[in-house]
Amino acid sequence: MNAQLKPFPLRLDTRQGKVDMTHGSGGRAMAQLIQELFLKHLDNELLRQANDQASFDVAAGRMVMSVDGHVISPLFFPGGDIGSLAVHGTINDVAMSGARPTYLSAGFILEEGFPLADLEKIVISMSQAASEAGVPIVTGDTKVVEKGKGDGVFITTTGIGVVPAGINISGDRAVPGDRIIVSGSMGDHGVTIMSSRENLEFETSITSDSAALHSLVEQMVAVAPEIHCLRDPTRGGLATTLNELAQQSQVGMQLSEAEIPVKPAVASACELLGLDPLYVANEGKLICICCEADAQRLLPVMRAHPLGGESAIIGRVIEDPHHFVQMETLFGGSRVVDWLSGEQLPRIC
Amino acid sequence: MKYVDEFRQHKLARQLATAIRDEVDPGRSYHLMEFCGGHTHAIFRYGVQDLMPDNVRFIHGPGCPVCVLPVGRIDNAIHLVEAEDVILCTYGDLLRVPASGRNSLIKVKAAGGDVRMVYSTQDALNIARENPDRQVVFLAIGFETTTPPSAVALQQARREGLKNFSLFCNHVLTPAAIQNILESPEVREIGSVAIHGFFGPSHVSSVIGSRPYEFFAEEFQRPVVIAGFEPLDVMQSALMLIRQLNQGRYEVENEYTRVVTREGNQKAQRLVAEVFELRRSFEWRGLGLVPYSALKVKADYQEYDAEQRFQIPVSPAKEVKGCECPAILRGAKRPTDCKLFGVVCTPDNPMGSCMVSSEGACAAYWSYGRFRQPEAKSA
Repeated sequence: MNAQLKPFPLRLDTRQGKVDMTHGSGGRAMAQLIQELFLKHLDNELLRQANDQASFDVAAGRMVMSVDGHVISPLFFPGGDIGSLAVHGTINDVAMSGARPTYLSAGFILEEGFPLADLEKIVISMSQAASEAGVPIVTGDTKVVEKGKGDGVFITTTGIGVVPAGINISGDRAVPGDRIIVSGSMGDHGVTIMSSRENLEFETSITSDSAALHSLVEQMVAVAPEIHCLRDPTRGGLATTLNELAQQSQVGMQLSEAEIPVKPAVASACELLGLDPLYVANEGKLICICCEADAQRLLPVMRAHPLGGESAIIGRVIEDPHHFVQMETLFGGSRVVDWLSGEQLPRIC
Repeated sequence: MKYVDEFRQHKLARQLATAIRDEVDPGRSYHLMEFCGGHTHAIFRYGVQDLMPDNVRFIHGPGCPVCVLPVGRIDNAIHLVEAEDVILCTYGDLLRVPASGRNSLIKVKAAGGDVRMVYSTQDALNIARENPDRQVVFLAIGFETTTPPSAVALQQARREGLKNFSLFCNHVLTPAAIQNILESPEVREIGSVAIHGFFGPSHVSSVIGSRPYEFFAEEFQRPVVIAGFEPLDVMQSALMLIRQLNQGRYEVENEYTRVVTREGNQKAQRLVAEVFELRRSFEWRGLGLVPYSALKVKADYQEYDAEQRFQIPVSPAKEVKGCECPAILRGAKRPTDCKLFGVVCTPDNPMGSCMVSSEGACAAYWSYGRFRQPEAKSA
């Protein structure tokens, strides 16, 4: 961030103030926004260097990098907001390689007229999420677009991480005979977003499951370094993610609906709205595919972790030239669990 | 989930499956048409067909409101957005339905047209209140279930004196369509399409009651069982239909007694009668022109009738070449009989309307049942 370190005579008005075009112009107003809002809350040694880039030493071995744009509506929802989501989302994308996430960057696109108070709330939330996860935001960027050309705020985060030696996790490694594990209940995030949308507000006790999963992954790879695939079932939910993995690995999958954890409140909301929880987004859950022996080793470890209490084995990988995901229904019949087509919920992350 | 899980129990399903197996006569076939898309969806989602003997076949009927709306009406709606600059409000599924010239409402929206997805007529009214200088049209579709909320919306609009709200009425009627199917040559001519019995609609019947089906059960000598939308409802109703067929009866029976009565919801019926009246004829996709099968806004409410306000013409419908939706909607063909199915027509790129809604037979075949057709190409 390109901050000037001299104080500004009039403090940034984070109570009544609004983002205007000068905050993205590269001039003094932008410098003040960075100084008094971003740097104030996201402060760390690398960010404080105030260069256009963060400079750090890299570890030996394999590194991973991931980027994720966040455009969620509404910006604030039970269990999180766009800020915490932007931190968790990218940490999870990095962690799904088995890597230990090290640094994040954040790019903000702000719409003219966006309240500075909301922006500060979001940045504070990012700061908390980053510090809880132990993954600092070390460089960033701010742009402002004219009113009507954005929707409040969009945040893009990039993350990098280091993969421990001996770990080789990839979506194309599932083989017939493998077990499929999920780390908890499906659909909490999507239903929370749906319930807090305009036009559709309904009362529910469900909160988003938005969380950084890297500490869970760290414990998992410690006991089972041979894990084949990890992925977080975000947009499109469990069903779409499993279809991606089946395609990538050229295998089929057989699930048991009875084993898939879904909270009763989520199931009820989905019933009411005509949604299928298997297609609803999650932001704090992962899917793990590994051999039978590893599955038995992993399950107690995952269940002992605060983010994996409801972990369950939900199915197995099978041979199938069509790469279908099939499921034995609760009812005793069988069906294909297809890719999501169209959209179930607009702008959920 | 109370009142839902009870109707999805595996154990009861197995008991019912055994009862059905014991009841069926192996020497004959049972072709049962479920009229409603809701039943189609339940049959596929829960794998009900797996639990049936081979000689019991479900035939998927035209009861998916999105599927039966003719292309011309979507073209009309697109014209309203593009030429009349209205805010067009409608239910989500309709946005993806293919119109003429590979257009659709979702494409019109992407090109800058003001098309808004709403969850209820109340949302559309709110949009009209918030945009007093714009014309707001609610594109109304659906069977008897979605008609009462449309009637309420027009009454509210009149009460409030909303001058910028109107309704483009495409509400259709179930009994007329069932009768049309039974009268079609394919069903009448022996050996063409056999439909031995009907699952009567659940939600529709909660409004109109079970009485309207009595005429054609008698006239066409086909049993009707009004069935709930849960999988156990479907199985229980199948058993009831099979029993009637075995005993040579053709009566209207009601499996869905927890909701449906013989007379239906009379308050809702009065409400609809106050605002809407029968159309002489209406075009259905797949069925063609069906007499007295749809509703229009009464003259008394004509200022809220988009067809009057914008002088909407009757546009001829043109189907995509090779699309078998019409025959599939009549139960004359199966989705897999269509050359386009799974090749160029998939839920991601629907050519025909049966592939759009999850209640459409083609979408259900594709999404839930593909593993039955090993020859079908994967996406």
